[in-house]
Amino acid sequence: MTVPVPHRVVRSTAETSDTTTVLLEPEGPGLAPFRPGQFAMMYAFGRGEAPISVSGWEPPGAGGSCGRLVHTVRAVGAVSAALRGLRPGDRVGVRGPYGTGWDLAAAEGCDVLVVAGGLGLAPLRPLVAELVDGPGRFGSCSVLVGARTPADLLYRGTLRTWAASPRVAVATTVDRPGPGWTGDVGVVTALLDRVAFHPPGTAAFVCGPEVMMRATARELVHRGVPAQRIQLSLERTMHCGTGHCGHCQLGPVLLCRDGPVVGWDRAERLLTVREL
Amino acid sequence: MADTGGAVGAVIDRDGLSALVRVLREGGRTVVGPTVRDGAIVLDELESADQLPYGWGVELEAGYYRLRRRTDRAAFAHSAGPQSWKTFLQPQRVRQWSAERGTDGTLTAREEPPPTVSYAFLGVRPCDLRAITIQDRVLTGGRYADTDYRARRTGAFLVVAECTEPGATCFCVSMGTGPAADGGYDLALTEVLDDAGHRFWIRAGSEDGARVLAALPRRPEDAATTGAARDAVAGAAERMGRTMPPVDLRALLQGNPEAARWDEVAARCLTCGNCTMACPTCFCTSAEDVTDLTGGHAERWRVWESCYDLEFTHLPGGPVRASGRSRYRQWLTHKLSTWYDQFGSSGCVGCGRCIVWCPVGIDLTEEAWAIHREAEAAGGAPQ
Ligand SMILES: Cc1cc2nc3c(=O)[nH]c(=O)nc-3n(C[C@H](O)[C@H](O)[C@H](O)COP(=O)(O)OP(=O)(O)OC[C@H]3O[C@@H](n4cnc5c(N)ncnc54)[C@H](O)[C@@H]3O)c2cc1C
Ligand code: SF4
Ligand code: SF4
Repeated sequence: MTVPVPHRVVRSTAETSDTTTVLLEPEGPGLAPFRPGQFAMMYAFGRGEAPISVSGWEPPGAGGSCGRLVHTVRAVGAVSAALRGLRPGDRVGVRGPYGTGWDLAAAEGCDVLVVAGGLGLAPLRPLVAELVDGPGRFGSCSVLVGARTPADLLYRGTLRTWAASPRVAVATTVDRPGPGWTGDVGVVTALLDRVAFHPPGTAAFVCGPEVMMRATARELVHRGVPAQRIQLSLERTMHCGTGHCGHCQLGPVLLCRDGPVVGWDRAERLLTVREL
Repeated sequence: MADTGGAVGAVIDRDGLSALVRVLREGGRTVVGPTVRDGAIVLDELESADQLPYGWGVELEAGYYRLRRRTDRAAFAHSAGPQSWKTFLQPQRVRQWSAERGTDGTLTAREEPPPTVSYAFLGVRPCDLRAITIQDRVLTGGRYADTDYRARRTGAFLVVAECTEPGATCFCVSMGTGPAADGGYDLALTEVLDDAGHRFWIRAGSEDGARVLAALPRRPEDAATTGAARDAVAGAAERMGRTMPPVDLRALLQGNPEAARWDEVAARCLTCGNCTMACPTCFCTSAEDVTDLTGGHAERWRVWESCYDLEFTHLPGGPVRASGRSRYRQWLTHKLSTWYDQFGSSGCVGCGRCIVWCPVGIDLTEEAWAIHREAEAAGGAPQ
């Protein structure tokens, strides 16, 4: 088994009341390059490990290889709380990259929809970065972001940068607006009416709570987007990341190995059977 | 049919078996084999072949296991006991790495050095041999290899004992794993007890096996012994205690996640996880992180885990498989069906352990038959 590689926290930025983004620099040789959608097992000393998506890297384009990794962590339990609390100078262990990642090549020539709910924007951020920076391999690109409240929106600065780019359209919505909120209110699927795409020639990348992903995928299929061009990033318990612990099974799929990114053509049935 | 692995067979007596244990031990191996302890035939380190369960048999039924004295002195006329070889190849608790935190906050992590043990397993059943190859694929056949398992498994010397006395809970014929051995061993034994005496037909399946065989007191194989051995194994195939429905189990289980039978079995299942602990292929583990009192030293342990545990699918929002119904369904569907998708074969070898060691006597063959009948009645049974 590979052991965690020590990384030093270079920067930590509070995103929301319970979520922090950290920039990590390897102490010694770094990990192999990450692709958007892949994840790392992050080790909080003595507490344990948690699977955390890669949300970016520096320098851009390096995939984190011998460079710096960006991760965004929400505190929901012991390990994630320890990771969320990381401060500059702290050390953390990282193993990876693990998992399949987004298949962006499958979207070439298509209109691209990126649909994120809450923390689901974290694994999608490096994908959007490729859409923004990449040459014109795609049709129209839209980024639809939903959050509970305006204060729960991640990467607000980055969202503004994307919105200023001619390559992507950005729309945001919240469940509960606060004072001063001028954007949309309601579920993220409602934003589909705000952007232009040609459903039969569209590829979608979706991440968020499972109910949100199910609703989004169904709506997209209803509008004529082919199921196999809708990719979701799924979450299950993971203890090893290497396909050996058995916890992340979703029917025939070992999510750490065959996922976390799974096509809706495969995922639909698996997410419809209760308690699979 | 018994296979000689292309090698010329020989015949050994009980003293040949004693020599086998001696030769393997002199070669630096830890010999593990069946022996009687605490009212069961367990697997343990053997110092000599005298510790083999000569003259012992077992009576098995769903939720029932008893030793019984045999009228003969057979060594291998018993079927699967409470343990399997995973106890040695994938032990219950293994330290995987240690980490230190320096006073300056620096972190270092060290992988556990691989164990140096060199095993010889004596009396491996053909079904259990298949279980080992299944675990090989799960733990070392993918992109990442479990280093501890690989170290224990590499060079393990396997002596198979073909089955001549299946138990009432055995169904290796249904699963295509026995009662004959068809390769993958170093030595294969078939026990013969008849008027001509107590002896073992022995064949080498590897160069290592041939070398060890050459060091044993033996005589060339004779038609009477090989014939009796083949008849005994063929006879065992005729006396299977259980069968699986002869249909595509992979399609049956994945196709019927909402069968009413799942509720019925859930009403009996205690979700105790005994079946997963006894099963020779169940491989699931959990990570356990511990620190010492100073807080400067931490360890990562890999421990056996059961998919029946409520915590197994713990997510911040609660367990995915909260009901006993979903957990029994997960176990059986994984064994008989989704294992093919994940690892290219069935996850069940038909050893019957889960039937015997279930405290309430739940029998997976009976469950598979019930789901098959229910699907058939609904017109959706796979062929
Ligand atoms: C592919 C993937 C990518 C992810 N990406 C991100 C991301 O980018 N950012 C992010 O914030 N989150 C992400 N997550 C979710 C994140 O991994 C979880 O929120 C995190 O693992 C929770 O760990 P915890 O210790 O904080 O919480 P806990 O809920 O306490 O659980 C942690 C682990 O401990 C075990 N455990 C907890 N309680 C018990 C108990 N009582 N007994 C036994 N075992 C117990 C559980 O099995 C669990 O695996 C991702 C998850 C996956 C699968
Ligand atoms: S599922 Fe039961 S019969 Fe099949 S290999 Fe496991 S313990 Fe043996
Ligand atoms: S099937 Fe039997 S052994 Fe397995 S969890 Fe249920 S009660 Fe326990």
